[in-house]
Amino acid sequence: MTGRVSFRISKRFIRVWQRNLTVYQKTWKISFIPPLLEPLFYILAFGVGLGVLVGKIHYNNIEVSYVGFIAPALIAITIMYNAFFENTFASFVRMYYQKTFDAIMATPLSVEEIITGEIIWGATKSLIAASIMLGIMSLFGLITYPVGLLIIPLAFLGGVAFGSVGMFFTGMVPSIEIFNLPIFLFITPMFLFSGTFFPVENLPAWAQGLSLLFPLTHLVKLTRAFGLGFTSIELLWSVLYLLTFSLIFFPLALFVMHRRLIK
Amino acid sequence: MFRSSHKAMRVKTTDQEEEREHVIEAEGLRKTFGDFVAVDDVSFKVRQGECFGILGPNGAGKTSMIRMIYGFSPITGGSLRVFGIDVSRGLRKIKSRVGVCQQENNLDPDLDVLKNLEVYARYFDIPRKEAHNRAEELLEFIGLDHRKKARSTELSGGMMRRLVIARALINSPDLVILDEPTTGLDPQSRHQVWDRLEKLRSQGLSILMTTHYMDEASRLCDRLIIMDHGRILVLGEPIDLIRKYVGQNIIEVAEPSKELRAYIQSEGLEYEDVGPRLIIYSEDGEDLFHEMSNNYCREGCTLRMATLEDVFLKLTGRDLRE
Repeated sequence: MTGRVSFRISKRFIRVWQRNLTVYQKTWKISFIPPLLEPLFYILAFGVGLGVLVGKIHYNNIEVSYVGFIAPALIAITIMYNAFFENTFASFVRMYYQKTFDAIMATPLSVEEIITGEIIWGATKSLIAASIMLGIMSLFGLITYPVGLLIIPLAFLGGVAFGSVGMFFTGMVPSIEIFNLPIFLFITPMFLFSGTFFPVENLPAWAQGLSLLFPLTHLVKLTRAFGLGFTSIELLWSVLYLLTFSLIFFPLALFVMHRRLIK
Repeated sequence: MFRSSHKAMRVKTTDQEEEREHVIEAEGLRKTFGDFVAVDDVSFKVRQGECFGILGPNGAGKTSMIRMIYGFSPITGGSLRVFGIDVSRGLRKIKSRVGVCQQENNLDPDLDVLKNLEVYARYFDIPRKEAHNRAEELLEFIGLDHRKKARSTELSGGMMRRLVIARALINSPDLVILDEPTTGLDPQSRHQVWDRLEKLRSQGLSILMTTHYMDEASRLCDRLIIMDHGRILVLGEPIDLIRKYVGQNIIEVAEPSKELRAYIQSEGLEYEDVGPRLIIYSEDGEDLFHEMSNNYCREGCTLRMATLEDVFLKLTGRDLRE
Protein backbone atom coordinates (compact mmCIF):
# COMPACT_ATOMS: atom_id res chain seq x y z
CA MET A 1 0.00 0.00 0.00
CA THR A 2 1.75 3.09 -1.16
CA GLY A 3 0.86 6.71 -0.68
CA ARG A 4 -1.21 6.85 -3.81
CA VAL A 5 -4.43 5.19 -4.81
CA SER A 6 -3.97 2.12 -6.99
CA PHE A 7 -6.37 0.90 -9.65
CA ARG A 8 -4.71 -2.48 -9.93
CA ILE A 9 -7.54 -4.38 -8.34
CA SER A 10 -7.20 -8.15 -8.12
CA LYS A 11 -10.12 -10.53 -7.87
CA ARG A 12 -9.51 -10.69 -4.12
CA PHE A 13 -12.22 -8.03 -3.75
CA ILE A 14 -14.64 -10.96 -3.97
CA ARG A 15 -13.61 -11.91 -0.40
CA VAL A 16 -15.19 -8.74 0.95
CA TRP A 17 -18.32 -9.43 -1.08
CA GLN A 18 -18.37 -12.96 0.41
CA ARG A 19 -17.99 -11.55 3.92
CA ASN A 20 -21.05 -9.40 3.43
CA LEU A 21 -22.94 -12.29 1.90
CA THR A 22 -22.11 -14.48 4.91
CA VAL A 23 -23.58 -11.84 7.21
CA TYR A 24 -26.58 -11.37 4.89
CA GLN A 25 -27.33 -15.09 4.92
CA LYS A 26 -28.04 -14.83 8.64
CA THR A 27 -30.49 -11.96 8.27
CA TRP A 28 -31.92 -12.51 4.80
CA LYS A 29 -35.41 -13.13 6.09
CA ILE A 30 -35.54 -9.60 7.43
CA SER A 31 -33.83 -8.13 4.37
CA PHE A 32 -36.43 -9.74 2.12
CA ILE A 33 -39.39 -8.10 3.79
CA PRO A 34 -39.12 -4.51 2.48
CA PRO A 35 -38.91 -5.39 -1.23
CA LEU A 36 -41.78 -7.86 -0.73
CA LEU A 37 -44.11 -5.51 1.10
CA GLU A 38 -43.20 -2.14 -0.35
CA PRO A 39 -44.72 -2.74 -3.80
CA LEU A 40 -47.89 -4.04 -2.16
CA PHE A 41 -48.23 -0.85 -0.12
CA TYR A 42 -47.64 1.34 -3.14
CA ILE A 43 -50.04 -0.59 -5.34
CA LEU A 44 -52.68 -0.27 -2.67
CA ALA A 45 -52.10 3.45 -2.08
CA PHE A 46 -51.60 4.56 -5.65
CA GLY A 47 -53.62 1.99 -7.52
CA VAL A 48 -56.72 1.99 -5.37
CA GLY A 49 -56.38 5.44 -3.82
CA LEU A 50 -54.64 7.91 -6.08
CA GLY A 51 -54.97 6.01 -9.37
CA VAL A 52 -58.69 6.68 -9.53
CA LEU A 53 -58.07 10.42 -9.55
CA VAL A 54 -55.22 10.26 -12.05
CA GLY A 55 -56.77 7.96 -14.59
CA LYS A 56 -54.74 6.65 -17.54
CA ILE A 57 -51.33 7.96 -18.57
CA HIS A 58 -50.08 8.16 -22.15
CA TYR A 59 -46.76 6.47 -22.56
CA ASN A 60 -45.07 5.69 -25.91
CA ASN A 61 -48.39 5.68 -27.80
CA ILE A 62 -50.11 3.38 -25.35
CA GLU A 63 -52.31 4.04 -22.38
CA VAL A 64 -51.19 2.65 -19.00
CA SER A 65 -52.86 2.70 -15.63
CA TYR A 66 -51.25 4.91 -13.00
CA VAL A 67 -50.07 1.84 -11.09
CA GLY A 68 -48.58 0.43 -14.27
CA PHE A 69 -46.82 3.74 -14.80
CA ILE A 70 -45.21 3.96 -11.37
CA ALA A 71 -44.52 0.25 -10.78
CA PRO A 72 -41.22 0.14 -12.79
CA ALA A 73 -40.17 3.46 -11.23
CA LEU A 74 -40.59 1.92 -7.80
CA ILE A 75 -38.07 -0.74 -8.82
CA ALA A 76 -35.66 2.02 -9.89
CA ILE A 77 -36.08 3.73 -6.51
CA THR A 78 -35.41 0.43 -4.75
CA ILE A 79 -32.25 -0.04 -6.81
CA MET A 80 -31.11 3.42 -5.77
CA TYR A 81 -31.93 3.01 -2.09
CA ASN A 82 -30.38 -0.42 -1.66
CA ALA A 83 -26.98 0.46 -3.07
CA PHE A 84 -26.89 3.99 -1.72
CA PHE A 85 -27.80 3.07 1.85
CA GLU A 86 -25.54 0.01 1.84
CA ASN A 87 -22.52 2.02 0.77
CA THR A 88 -23.25 5.00 3.01
CA PHE A 89 -24.64 4.03 6.43
CA ALA A 90 -23.74 0.33 6.40
CA SER A 91 -20.26 0.82 4.94
CA PHE A 92 -19.61 3.72 7.29
CA VAL A 93 -20.52 1.58 10.29
CA ARG A 94 -18.18 -1.17 9.11
CA MET A 95 -15.39 1.32 8.46
CA TYR A 96 -15.75 3.68 11.41
CA TYR A 97 -17.43 1.86 14.27
CA GLN A 98 -16.66 -1.80 13.67
CA LYS A 99 -13.16 -1.23 12.24
CA THR A 100 -13.87 -4.09 9.88
CA PHE A 101 -11.85 -2.46 7.10
CA ASP A 102 -8.86 -2.02 9.43
CA ALA A 103 -8.91 -5.73 10.20
CA ILE A 104 -9.10 -6.65 6.51
CA MET A 105 -6.35 -4.20 5.57
CA ALA A 106 -3.91 -6.28 7.63
CA THR A 107 -4.51 -9.20 5.25
CA PRO A 108 -3.30 -9.37 1.62
CA LEU A 109 -6.23 -7.21 0.48
CA SER A 110 -5.71 -3.55 -0.40
CA VAL A 111 -8.02 -0.67 0.53
CA GLU A 112 -9.05 -0.41 -3.10
CA GLU A 113 -10.09 -4.06 -3.17
CA ILE A 114 -12.07 -3.67 0.05
CA ILE A 115 -13.97 -0.68 -1.35
CA THR A 116 -14.57 -2.46 -4.66
CA GLY A 117 -15.97 -5.46 -2.77
CA GLU A 118 -18.28 -3.14 -0.82
CA ILE A 119 -19.61 -1.41 -3.95
CA ILE A 120 -20.16 -4.69 -5.77
CA TRP A 121 -21.98 -5.92 -2.67
CA GLY A 122 -24.21 -2.82 -2.68
CA ALA A 123 -25.03 -3.51 -6.34
CA THR A 124 -25.79 -7.12 -5.45
CA LYS A 125 -28.29 -5.98 -2.85
CA SER A 126 -29.93 -3.76 -5.47
CA LEU A 127 -30.14 -6.76 -7.78
CA ILE A 128 -31.69 -9.01 -5.14
CA ALA A 129 -34.27 -6.40 -4.07
CA ALA A 130 -35.17 -5.49 -7.66
CA SER A 131 -35.68 -9.16 -8.53
CA ILE A 132 -38.03 -9.70 -5.60
CA MET A 133 -40.06 -6.63 -6.51
CA LEU A 134 -40.16 -7.71 -10.10
CA GLY A 135 -41.63 -11.02 -8.99
CA ILE A 136 -44.31 -9.40 -6.84
CA MET A 137 -45.31 -6.92 -9.53
CA SER A 138 -45.54 -9.70 -12.08
CA LEU A 139 -48.25 -11.28 -9.93
CA PHE A 140 -50.33 -8.18 -10.61
CA GLY A 141 -49.54 -8.31 -14.31
CA LEU A 142 -47.59 -5.08 -14.16
CA ILE A 143 -44.47 -6.33 -16.00
CA THR A 144 -44.22 -7.32 -19.66
CA TYR A 145 -41.97 -10.27 -20.42
CA PRO A 146 -39.42 -11.18 -21.71
CA VAL A 147 -38.16 -7.58 -22.05
CA GLY A 148 -38.94 -7.01 -18.36
CA LEU A 149 -36.11 -9.40 -17.44
CA LEU A 150 -33.61 -6.76 -18.60
CA ILE A 151 -34.37 -4.98 -15.35
CA ILE A 152 -32.26 -7.58 -13.50
CA PRO A 153 -28.87 -6.77 -15.09
CA LEU A 154 -29.90 -3.12 -15.14
CA ALA A 155 -30.35 -3.29 -11.36
CA PHE A 156 -26.71 -4.26 -11.03
CA LEU A 157 -25.50 -1.37 -13.19
CA GLY A 158 -27.72 1.07 -11.33
CA GLY A 159 -26.44 -0.40 -8.06
CA VAL A 160 -22.83 0.22 -9.05
CA ALA A 161 -23.68 3.83 -9.99
CA PHE A 162 -25.51 4.64 -6.75
CA GLY A 163 -23.13 2.57 -4.61
CA SER A 164 -20.12 4.41 -6.01
CA VAL A 165 -21.57 7.82 -5.31
CA GLY A 166 -22.62 6.62 -1.84
CA MET A 167 -19.11 5.36 -1.15
CA PHE A 168 -17.75 8.68 -2.33
CA PHE A 169 -19.81 10.42 0.37
CA THR A 170 -18.64 7.82 2.90
CA GLY A 171 -15.07 8.82 2.14
CA MET A 172 -15.91 12.47 2.70
CA VAL A 173 -18.30 12.77 5.65
CA PRO A 174 -16.73 13.49 9.05
CA SER A 175 -19.57 11.77 10.94
CA ILE A 176 -22.53 9.55 10.20
CA GLU A 177 -25.11 12.34 10.78
CA ILE A 178 -23.75 14.27 7.79
CA PHE A 179 -25.27 11.68 5.43
CA ASN A 180 -28.54 13.56 5.91
CA LEU A 181 -27.12 16.25 3.68
CA PRO A 182 -26.64 14.20 0.50
CA ILE A 183 -29.94 12.44 1.24
CA PHE A 184 -31.80 15.75 1.49
CA LEU A 185 -30.05 17.47 -1.41
CA PHE A 186 -29.52 14.54 -3.77
CA ILE A 187 -31.64 11.49 -3.00
CA THR A 188 -34.96 13.15 -2.08
CA PRO A 189 -35.12 15.51 -5.11
CA MET A 190 -34.36 12.54 -7.33
CA PHE A 191 -37.03 10.46 -5.66
CA LEU A 192 -39.59 13.13 -6.56
CA PHE A 193 -38.42 14.69 -9.82
CA SER A 194 -36.94 11.87 -11.91
CA GLY A 195 -40.12 10.94 -13.73
CA THR A 196 -40.97 8.56 -10.92
CA PHE A 197 -44.54 9.58 -10.03
CA PHE A 198 -45.33 11.81 -13.03
CA PRO A 199 -43.77 12.20 -16.49
CA VAL A 200 -40.73 14.46 -16.61
CA GLU A 201 -42.47 16.24 -19.50
CA ASN A 202 -44.92 17.76 -17.01
CA LEU A 203 -42.09 19.84 -15.54
CA PRO A 204 -41.13 23.30 -16.91
CA ALA A 205 -38.40 23.15 -19.54
CA TRP A 206 -35.56 24.24 -17.22
CA ALA A 207 -36.51 21.60 -14.66
CA GLN A 208 -36.69 18.96 -17.35
CA GLY A 209 -33.11 19.79 -18.34
CA LEU A 210 -32.04 19.64 -14.72
CA SER A 211 -33.70 16.31 -14.15
CA LEU A 212 -31.72 14.84 -17.03
CA LEU A 213 -28.62 15.31 -14.86
CA PHE A 214 -30.06 12.95 -12.25
CA PRO A 215 -28.93 9.33 -12.59
CA LEU A 216 -32.33 8.22 -11.31
CA THR A 217 -34.08 9.89 -14.28
CA HIS A 218 -32.14 7.60 -16.59
CA LEU A 219 -32.65 4.54 -14.43
CA VAL A 220 -36.42 5.22 -14.32
CA LYS A 221 -36.51 5.71 -18.08
CA LEU A 222 -34.90 2.29 -18.52
CA THR A 223 -36.92 0.35 -15.94
CA ARG A 224 -40.17 1.86 -17.27
CA ALA A 225 -39.35 0.99 -20.87
CA PHE A 226 -38.28 -2.54 -19.98
CA GLY A 227 -41.11 -3.07 -17.52
CA LEU A 228 -43.69 -2.05 -20.12
CA GLY A 229 -41.97 -4.15 -22.78
CA PHE A 230 -40.25 -1.49 -24.93
CA THR A 231 -36.71 -1.32 -26.21
CA SER A 232 -35.13 1.30 -28.45
CA ILE A 233 -31.74 2.56 -29.56
CA GLU A 234 -32.43 5.83 -27.80
CA LEU A 235 -32.34 4.01 -24.47
CA LEU A 236 -28.64 3.33 -25.00
CA TRP A 237 -28.01 6.98 -24.07
CA SER A 238 -29.38 6.33 -20.62
CA VAL A 239 -27.28 3.17 -20.26
CA LEU A 240 -24.29 5.20 -21.37
CA TYR A 241 -25.13 7.85 -18.81
CA LEU A 242 -25.20 5.31 -15.98
CA LEU A 243 -21.92 3.78 -17.17
CA THR A 244 -20.23 7.17 -17.32
CA PHE A 245 -21.60 8.11 -13.93
CA SER A 246 -20.13 4.88 -12.50
CA LEU A 247 -16.82 5.44 -14.26
CA ILE A 248 -16.53 8.84 -12.62
CA PHE A 249 -17.66 8.02 -9.12
CA PHE A 250 -16.09 4.58 -8.71
CA PRO A 251 -12.49 5.87 -9.02
CA LEU A 252 -13.43 8.94 -6.97
CA ALA A 253 -14.73 6.65 -4.22
CA LEU A 254 -11.47 4.68 -4.25
CA PHE A 255 -9.50 7.90 -4.10
CA VAL A 256 -11.31 9.45 -1.13
CA MET A 257 -11.38 6.18 0.80
CA HIS A 258 -7.66 5.66 0.25
CA ARG A 259 -7.04 9.18 1.47
CA ARG A 260 -9.22 8.54 4.48
CA LEU A 261 -7.76 5.19 5.54
CA ILE A 262 -4.08 5.29 4.58
CA LYS A 263 -2.16 7.83 6.66
CA MET B 1 16.71 -9.66 -2.22
CA PHE B 2 16.08 -12.04 0.61
CA ARG B 3 18.99 -14.22 -0.41
CA SER B 4 21.48 -11.43 -0.87
CA SER B 5 20.83 -9.88 2.51
CA HIS B 6 21.16 -13.27 4.07
CA LYS B 7 24.50 -13.82 2.42
CA ALA B 8 25.73 -10.39 3.36
CA MET B 9 25.05 -11.20 6.96
CA ARG B 10 26.90 -14.45 6.80
CA VAL B 11 29.96 -12.63 5.52
CA LYS B 12 29.77 -9.92 8.11
CA THR B 13 29.62 -12.00 11.22
CA THR B 14 30.48 -15.42 12.49
CA ASP B 15 28.38 -15.12 15.61
CA GLN B 16 25.90 -17.98 15.76
CA GLU B 17 23.13 -15.72 16.94
CA GLU B 18 23.69 -13.13 14.26
CA GLU B 19 23.67 -15.72 11.55
CA ARG B 20 19.91 -16.07 11.82
CA GLU B 21 17.97 -14.17 9.24
CA HIS B 22 16.33 -10.91 10.11
CA VAL B 23 12.58 -10.68 9.76
CA ILE B 24 12.52 -6.89 10.02
CA GLU B 25 15.23 -4.46 8.99
CA ALA B 26 14.60 -0.76 9.54
CA GLU B 27 17.21 1.76 8.52
CA GLY B 28 16.91 5.47 9.07
CA LEU B 29 13.15 5.03 9.16
CA ARG B 30 11.09 8.25 9.26
CA LYS B 31 7.42 9.06 9.43
CA THR B 32 6.00 12.54 9.44
CA PHE B 33 2.44 13.83 9.49
CA GLY B 34 2.68 17.37 8.14
CA ASP B 35 5.12 19.12 10.46
CA PHE B 36 4.87 16.48 13.15
CA VAL B 37 7.67 13.94 13.21
CA ALA B 38 6.29 10.67 14.58
CA VAL B 39 9.28 8.43 13.83
CA ASP B 40 12.66 10.03 13.43
CA ASP B 41 15.63 8.19 11.95
CA VAL B 42 15.04 4.81 13.58
CA SER B 43 17.22 1.79 12.82
CA PHE B 44 16.88 -1.71 14.24
CA LYS B 45 16.72 -5.33 13.19
CA VAL B 46 14.48 -8.07 14.47
CA ARG B 47 15.97 -11.54 14.36
CA GLN B 48 14.07 -14.56 13.29
CA GLY B 49 12.51 -16.38 16.22
CA GLU B 50 12.89 -13.64 18.77
CA CYS B 51 10.33 -11.63 20.63
CA PHE B 52 11.17 -7.98 20.11
CA GLY B 53 9.55 -5.25 22.18
CA ILE B 54 8.93 -1.60 21.45
CA LEU B 55 8.44 0.43 24.61
CA GLY B 56 7.80 4.10 25.07
CA PRO B 57 5.43 6.62 26.61
CA ASN B 58 2.28 7.71 24.80
CA GLY B 59 3.13 9.51 21.58
CA ALA B 60 6.64 8.03 21.43
CA GLY B 61 6.00 6.69 17.94
CA LYS B 62 5.41 3.00 18.73
CA THR B 63 2.14 2.57 16.91
CA SER B 64 3.26 4.76 13.99
CA MET B 65 6.24 2.49 13.60
CA ILE B 66 4.41 -0.80 13.59
CA ARG B 67 1.69 0.60 11.33
CA MET B 68 4.41 1.12 8.76
CA ILE B 69 5.51 -2.47 9.19
CA TYR B 70 2.07 -3.92 8.49
CA GLY B 71 1.44 -1.48 5.71
CA PHE B 72 -1.19 0.91 7.07
CA SER B 73 1.08 3.80 6.70
CA PRO B 74 3.50 4.56 3.86
CA ILE B 75 7.01 5.39 5.07
CA THR B 76 8.23 8.97 4.72
CA GLY B 77 11.93 8.20 4.57
CA GLY B 78 14.61 5.60 5.15
CA SER B 79 14.12 1.95 4.34
CA LEU B 80 12.02 -0.80 5.84
CA ARG B 81 12.20 -4.42 4.85
CA VAL B 82 10.21 -7.33 6.15
CA PHE B 83 11.45 -10.84 5.26
CA GLY B 84 13.95 -8.98 3.07
CA ILE B 85 11.11 -7.47 1.01
CA ASP B 86 10.80 -3.71 0.67
CA VAL B 87 7.47 -2.63 2.23
CA SER B 88 6.81 -0.08 -0.49
CA ARG B 89 7.07 -2.77 -3.18
CA GLY B 90 5.99 -6.18 -1.94
CA LEU B 91 3.42 -5.30 0.66
CA ARG B 92 0.92 -7.97 -0.39
CA LYS B 93 3.58 -10.67 -0.13
CA ILE B 94 4.58 -9.39 3.29
CA LYS B 95 1.01 -9.18 4.56
CA SER B 96 0.30 -12.75 3.52
CA ARG B 97 3.05 -13.92 5.92
CA VAL B 98 2.33 -11.60 8.84
CA GLY B 99 -0.31 -11.85 11.56
CA VAL B 100 -1.46 -8.56 13.02
CA CYS B 101 -3.15 -7.94 16.33
CA GLN B 102 -4.17 -4.31 16.38
CA GLN B 103 -4.70 -2.23 19.49
CA GLU B 104 -8.48 -2.25 19.20
CA ASN B 105 -10.40 -5.50 19.26
CA ASN B 106 -11.66 -5.17 15.71
CA LEU B 107 -13.37 -8.53 15.60
CA ASP B 108 -16.28 -8.79 13.22
CA PRO B 109 -19.35 -8.14 15.41
CA ASP B 110 -21.67 -9.43 12.67
CA LEU B 111 -20.18 -12.92 12.90
CA ASP B 112 -19.86 -15.60 15.56
CA VAL B 113 -16.56 -16.74 17.03
CA LEU B 114 -15.88 -19.58 14.60
CA LYS B 115 -17.02 -17.56 11.58
CA ASN B 116 -14.72 -14.71 12.62
CA LEU B 117 -11.79 -17.03 12.00
CA GLU B 118 -13.19 -18.75 8.91
CA VAL B 119 -14.10 -15.50 7.17
CA TYR B 120 -10.70 -14.04 8.04
CA ALA B 121 -9.05 -17.12 6.53
CA ARG B 122 -10.79 -16.35 3.23
CA TYR B 123 -8.93 -13.05 3.00
CA PHE B 124 -5.75 -15.14 2.82
CA ASP B 125 -7.24 -17.44 0.18
CA ILE B 126 -7.08 -20.42 2.56
CA PRO B 127 -9.35 -23.20 1.25
CA ARG B 128 -12.57 -23.70 3.19
CA LYS B 129 -11.79 -27.12 4.67
CA GLU B 130 -8.30 -26.14 5.74
CA ALA B 131 -9.62 -22.90 7.18
CA HIS B 132 -12.19 -24.76 9.24
CA ASN B 133 -9.62 -27.17 10.67
CA ARG B 134 -7.20 -24.38 11.42
CA ALA B 135 -9.96 -22.36 13.11
CA GLU B 136 -10.93 -25.33 15.30
CA GLU B 137 -7.29 -25.87 16.23
CA LEU B 138 -6.78 -22.22 17.14
CA LEU B 139 -9.97 -22.06 19.21
CA GLU B 140 -8.68 -24.97 21.21
CA PHE B 141 -5.30 -23.27 21.57
CA ILE B 142 -6.86 -20.14 23.06
CA GLY B 143 -9.41 -22.07 25.11
CA LEU B 144 -12.49 -20.80 23.31
CA ASP B 145 -13.64 -24.03 21.67
CA HIS B 146 -16.73 -24.03 23.93
CA ARG B 147 -17.85 -20.59 22.66
CA LYS B 148 -17.76 -21.28 18.91
CA LYS B 149 -21.30 -20.10 18.28
CA ALA B 150 -21.18 -17.05 20.54
CA ARG B 151 -21.29 -13.65 18.90
CA SER B 152 -17.94 -11.95 19.23
CA THR B 153 -19.62 -9.08 21.07
CA GLU B 154 -20.75 -11.43 23.85
CA LEU B 155 -17.19 -12.30 24.83
CA SER B 156 -15.31 -10.83 27.77
CA GLY B 157 -12.37 -8.50 27.14
CA GLY B 158 -9.86 -11.27 27.73
CA MET B 159 -11.66 -13.71 25.43
CA MET B 160 -11.87 -11.09 22.68
CA ARG B 161 -8.17 -10.46 22.98
CA ARG B 162 -7.37 -14.16 22.73
CA LEU B 163 -9.65 -14.44 19.71
CA VAL B 164 -7.86 -11.53 18.03
CA ILE B 165 -4.58 -13.34 18.65
CA ALA B 166 -6.01 -16.55 17.21
CA ARG B 167 -7.20 -14.60 14.18
CA ALA B 168 -3.69 -13.22 13.71
CA LEU B 169 -2.45 -16.83 13.56
CA ILE B 170 -4.96 -18.09 11.00
CA ASN B 171 -2.52 -17.78 8.10
CA SER B 172 0.29 -19.58 10.00
CA PRO B 173 2.38 -16.40 9.90
CA ASP B 174 6.17 -16.16 10.09
CA LEU B 175 5.87 -12.95 12.10
CA VAL B 176 3.23 -11.78 14.52
CA ILE B 177 2.81 -8.09 15.31
CA LEU B 178 1.02 -7.25 18.54
CA ASP B 179 0.07 -3.69 19.44
CA GLU B 180 -0.41 -3.58 23.22
CA PRO B 181 -1.76 -7.12 23.52
CA THR B 182 -2.90 -6.93 27.16
CA THR B 183 -3.95 -3.31 27.63
CA GLY B 184 -7.19 -3.15 29.59
CA LEU B 185 -7.24 -6.81 30.65
CA ASP B 186 -7.63 -8.11 34.19
CA PRO B 187 -4.64 -9.94 35.73
CA GLN B 188 -6.07 -13.41 35.02
CA SER B 189 -6.64 -12.59 31.37
CA ARG B 190 -3.19 -11.05 31.04
CA HIS B 191 -1.59 -14.22 32.29
CA GLN B 192 -3.73 -16.26 29.90
CA VAL B 193 -2.49 -14.12 27.01
CA TRP B 194 1.11 -14.31 28.20
CA ASP B 195 0.88 -18.09 28.41
CA ARG B 196 -0.21 -18.30 24.79
CA LEU B 197 2.43 -15.85 23.62
CA GLU B 198 5.15 -17.75 25.47
CA LYS B 199 4.02 -20.95 23.83
CA LEU B 200 4.19 -19.32 20.41
CA ARG B 201 7.63 -17.93 21.15
CA SER B 202 8.87 -21.34 22.19
CA GLN B 203 7.63 -22.70 18.86
CA GLY B 204 10.04 -20.32 17.16
CA LEU B 205 7.57 -17.71 15.95
CA SER B 206 9.01 -14.21 15.53
CA ILE B 207 7.06 -11.66 17.53
CA LEU B 208 7.09 -7.88 17.46
CA MET B 209 5.12 -6.20 20.20
CA THR B 210 4.50 -2.83 21.75
CA THR B 211 3.54 -2.54 25.37
CA HIS B 212 3.16 -0.15 28.27
CA TYR B 213 3.72 -2.88 30.81
CA MET B 214 7.30 -3.39 31.90
CA ASP B 215 6.60 -6.72 33.56
CA GLU B 216 5.15 -7.92 30.27
CA ALA B 217 8.22 -6.77 28.36
CA SER B 218 10.62 -8.33 30.88
CA ARG B 219 8.79 -11.60 30.77
CA LEU B 220 8.25 -11.94 27.03
CA CYS B 221 10.86 -9.93 25.16
CA ASP B 222 14.27 -11.27 24.23
CA ARG B 223 15.31 -7.79 23.19
CA LEU B 224 13.59 -4.44 23.20
CA ILE B 225 13.93 -0.81 22.36
CA ILE B 226 12.76 2.10 24.46
CA MET B 227 11.59 4.99 22.31
CA ASP B 228 10.71 8.57 23.03
CA HIS B 229 9.83 11.46 20.74
CA GLY B 230 10.17 9.21 17.71
CA ARG B 231 13.71 8.13 18.48
CA ILE B 232 15.28 5.03 19.97
CA LEU B 233 16.83 5.72 23.37
CA VAL B 234 18.23 2.26 24.04
CA LEU B 235 18.24 -1.20 22.53
CA GLY B 236 19.13 -4.41 24.33
CA GLU B 237 18.10 -7.38 26.43
CA PRO B 238 15.95 -6.49 29.44
CA ILE B 239 18.47 -7.79 32.00
CA ASP B 240 21.37 -5.99 30.39
CA LEU B 241 19.46 -2.75 30.22
CA ILE B 242 18.61 -2.96 33.91
CA ARG B 243 22.23 -3.64 34.85
CA LYS B 244 23.57 -0.96 32.62
CA TYR B 245 21.18 1.86 33.47
CA VAL B 246 20.06 1.32 37.05
CA GLY B 247 22.19 -1.40 38.59
CA GLN B 248 21.09 -4.35 40.72
CA ASN B 249 19.11 -2.76 43.48
CA ILE B 250 16.91 0.15 44.27
CA ILE B 251 16.35 1.72 47.63
CA GLU B 252 13.25 3.82 47.89
CA VAL B 253 12.84 6.27 50.71
CA ALA B 254 9.55 7.90 51.53
CA GLU B 255 9.84 11.33 53.09
CA PRO B 256 13.62 11.39 53.53
CA SER B 257 15.12 13.34 56.43
CA LYS B 258 17.68 16.11 56.03
CA GLU B 259 20.32 13.85 57.55
CA LEU B 260 19.67 11.17 54.98
CA ARG B 261 19.96 13.60 52.11
CA ALA B 262 23.26 14.84 53.53
CA TYR B 263 24.49 11.25 53.85
CA ILE B 264 23.61 10.46 50.24
CA GLN B 265 25.37 13.61 49.07
CA SER B 266 28.49 12.79 51.06
CA GLU B 267 28.59 9.21 49.81
CA GLY B 268 28.18 10.41 46.23
CA LEU B 269 25.36 7.93 45.54
CA GLU B 270 23.39 8.04 42.35
CA TYR B 271 19.82 9.01 43.14
CA GLU B 272 16.72 10.61 41.80
CA ASP B 273 14.58 13.08 43.68
CA VAL B 274 10.89 12.68 42.93
CA GLY B 275 9.18 15.05 45.32
CA PRO B 276 8.50 13.29 48.59
CA ARG B 277 10.46 10.16 47.55
CA LEU B 278 14.07 9.41 46.90
CA ILE B 279 15.11 6.63 44.56
CA ILE B 280 18.66 5.48 45.09
CA TYR B 281 20.37 3.29 42.50
CA SER B 282 22.96 0.97 43.90
CA GLU B 283 25.07 -2.05 43.01
CA ASP B 284 25.60 -3.41 46.56
CA GLY B 285 22.18 -2.61 47.86
CA GLU B 286 22.10 -4.70 51.01
CA ASP B 287 24.93 -3.12 53.01
CA LEU B 288 23.85 0.33 52.03
CA PHE B 289 20.27 -0.46 52.93
CA HIS B 290 21.25 -1.65 56.44
CA GLU B 291 23.41 1.38 56.95
CA MET B 292 20.61 3.69 55.90
CA SER B 293 17.72 2.03 57.63
CA ASN B 294 19.67 1.73 60.90
CA ASN B 295 20.84 5.30 61.00
CA TYR B 296 18.51 7.46 58.99
CA CYS B 297 15.13 5.99 58.38
CA ARG B 298 13.51 3.31 60.47
CA GLU B 299 10.36 3.29 58.39
CA GLY B 300 9.48 4.12 54.82
CA CYS B 301 12.72 2.75 53.48
CA THR B 302 12.59 -0.25 51.15
CA LEU B 303 15.13 -2.30 49.26
CA ARG B 304 14.04 -3.97 46.06
CA MET B 305 15.36 -5.44 42.85
CA ALA B 306 15.80 -2.99 40.02
CA THR B 307 13.25 -3.52 37.23
CA LEU B 308 12.76 -2.46 33.67
CA GLU B 309 10.32 0.16 34.91
CA ASP B 310 13.20 1.93 36.66
CA VAL B 311 15.13 1.97 33.40
CA PHE B 312 12.09 3.25 31.55
CA LEU B 313 11.36 6.06 33.98
CA LYS B 314 15.00 7.02 34.24
CA LEU B 315 15.34 7.32 30.48
CA THR B 316 12.00 8.85 29.57
CA GLY B 317 11.43 10.97 32.67
CA ARG B 318 8.48 11.14 34.99
CA ASP B 319 6.45 13.84 33.31
CA LEU B 320 2.97 12.92 32.20
CA ARG B 321 2.45 12.43 28.48
CA GLU B 322 -0.96 13.42 27.30
